[in-house]
Amino acid sequence: MNQINSIQDEIIDEFAFFGDWMEKYEYIIDLGKSLPLIEEQYKNEEHLIKGCQSQVWLHADESEGKVDFTADSDAVITKGIIALLVRVLSGQKADEIAQADLYFIDKIGLKEHLSPTRSNGLVSMVKQMKMYGLAINAKSQ
Amino acid sequence: MEVTAQQAFDIEKIRKDFPLLEQEMNGKPIIFLDSAASSQKPAQVIDRLNDYYRTGHANVHRGVYQLSQEATTAFEEARELVRQFINAPSEKEVIFVRGCTEGINLVASSYGRKFINQGDAVLITAMEHHSNIVPWQMICEERGAELRVAPVNDAGEIDLDALYALLDERVKIVSLVHVSNALGTVNPVKAIIDRAHELNVPVLVDGAQAIPHTQVDVQALDADFYTFSGHKMFGPTGIGVLYGKEKWLEQMPPYHGGGEMIKTVTFEKTTYNELPHKFEAGTPDISGVIGLGEAVKYMQSVGYDNISRHEHELLSYATEQLKQIEGLRIIGTAREKASVVSFIVEGVHPYDLGAILDKLGIAVRTGHHCTQPLMARYEIPGTVRASFAFYNNKADIDALVAGINRAVLMLK
Repeated sequence: MNQINSIQDEIIDEFAFFGDWMEKYEYIIDLGKSLPLIEEQYKNEEHLIKGCQSQVWLHADESEGKVDFTADSDAVITKGIIALLVRVLSGQKADEIAQADLYFIDKIGLKEHLSPTRSNGLVSMVKQMKMYGLAINAKSQ
Repeated sequence: MEVTAQQAFDIEKIRKDFPLLEQEMNGKPIIFLDSAASSQKPAQVIDRLNDYYRTGHANVHRGVYQLSQEATTAFEEARELVRQFINAPSEKEVIFVRGCTEGINLVASSYGRKFINQGDAVLITAMEHHSNIVPWQMICEERGAELRVAPVNDAGEIDLDALYALLDERVKIVSLVHVSNALGTVNPVKAIIDRAHELNVPVLVDGAQAIPHTQVDVQALDADFYTFSGHKMFGPTGIGVLYGKEKWLEQMPPYHGGGEMIKTVTFEKTTYNELPHKFEAGTPDISGVIGLGEAVKYMQSVGYDNISRHEHELLSYATEQLKQIEGLRIIGTAREKASVVSFIVEGVHPYDLGAILDKLGIAVRTGHHCTQPLMARYEIPGTVRASFAFYNNKADIDALVAGINRAVLMLK
């Protein structure tokens, strides 16, 4: 199993301890509050993914075929979910990022936040992360 | 004993007419506070649609057979109901469209191509919905005209002096919202129409948010165009109305070409049908129109006096209760408001608040409400908006306030 999936499984296990949505949301909100996810210099128009509801900034760095992601959002729940996505995808191999099946979001009961109708920038962010993976992988071939 | 209108309004009985209000969301009884986006439907409308498809469907204005004639009669009766509802002088001036957005696009495109030329101007306001901005931007770009925007003050009211200063002989049409979807402001459209008419400038009124709350009399307003959507007034989605004065509609070219809107077609030359059919190309939304007619009947049975009194009670109760929440700021504090409350809570993103309210079974709208320029005016990313229809009650507002308090505790 690749690392992406083992981290996803870890998160699923962690979330299994939560009794109800309140506890889950409190955890996500804590994640969103605690992490400085992106350097100020990258919080600009160039790195911005505009959603109707919330905004997301995403920056990618490449080293030796791996991609490091940093990201942020103006909404704290969105930011908490970003923290999970970054935990799963950052530092992984470009080709694995491009092909990742992010099943954990559904399994931990947060799929509504990754629905296109929410328009919170997260769907575009995941697409963008995979695009980086694809592009960096193509370049290294 | 005479039953007064006040006695006749029984909120609990009304709520029972709306099956959706008995549903759950996220395992909680639904508290529906997003009627400004789309209202729920009474059983009367749902049953009428069902009945029409089960027993009365055929294409209209075409068949010689009984079923088609009955469908046509039902369709045209609904037009007459709508005509009376807005007090239009003639059914020729009641055009069925898909909704308010299409109504505005129709006028922008058809009136625009006929009357707007290089160097002319179109006047709108800073509180317009995107649907009353973009169609005008498109036609202005095409015709080489200028789009002028009358500013809004801090309370969310149109700056009338500024609007009148922008209104000159170059303006070929004024298009403005009757009731703001994002702020709830009720605009003084009658005064603006009178002023525009002094310069012979016609006025289109976007009535999407007005018609569910306020009696609209297009003749009293003297509006040249008035458009609204069925789905915000307890009718089906996909149907709306454009009222237009005959004198304008007669001069305007058709918007869409196709069946129904023609008189004769040859490859050399087509002649167009009479009003209103000239603007109704193709098979119309027959069930939508019939359902809309039923929604009109339903609203009339409730009565605008009752609707307005009940909704104003809800609005003042909500405003009062929400103000008690620490850090909550109401966006839009116009003197005249419909039952819409937009707000932000200091240090809390509207998306986060909306996401938690959703889990509590409370449906509110969050975001920019398709009014990005207006949000930019207040330098906020968006708001949380609670909007009330006559089927809401004080318990809904209490649930909202409790929900916000709980969410803020989690988020702060």
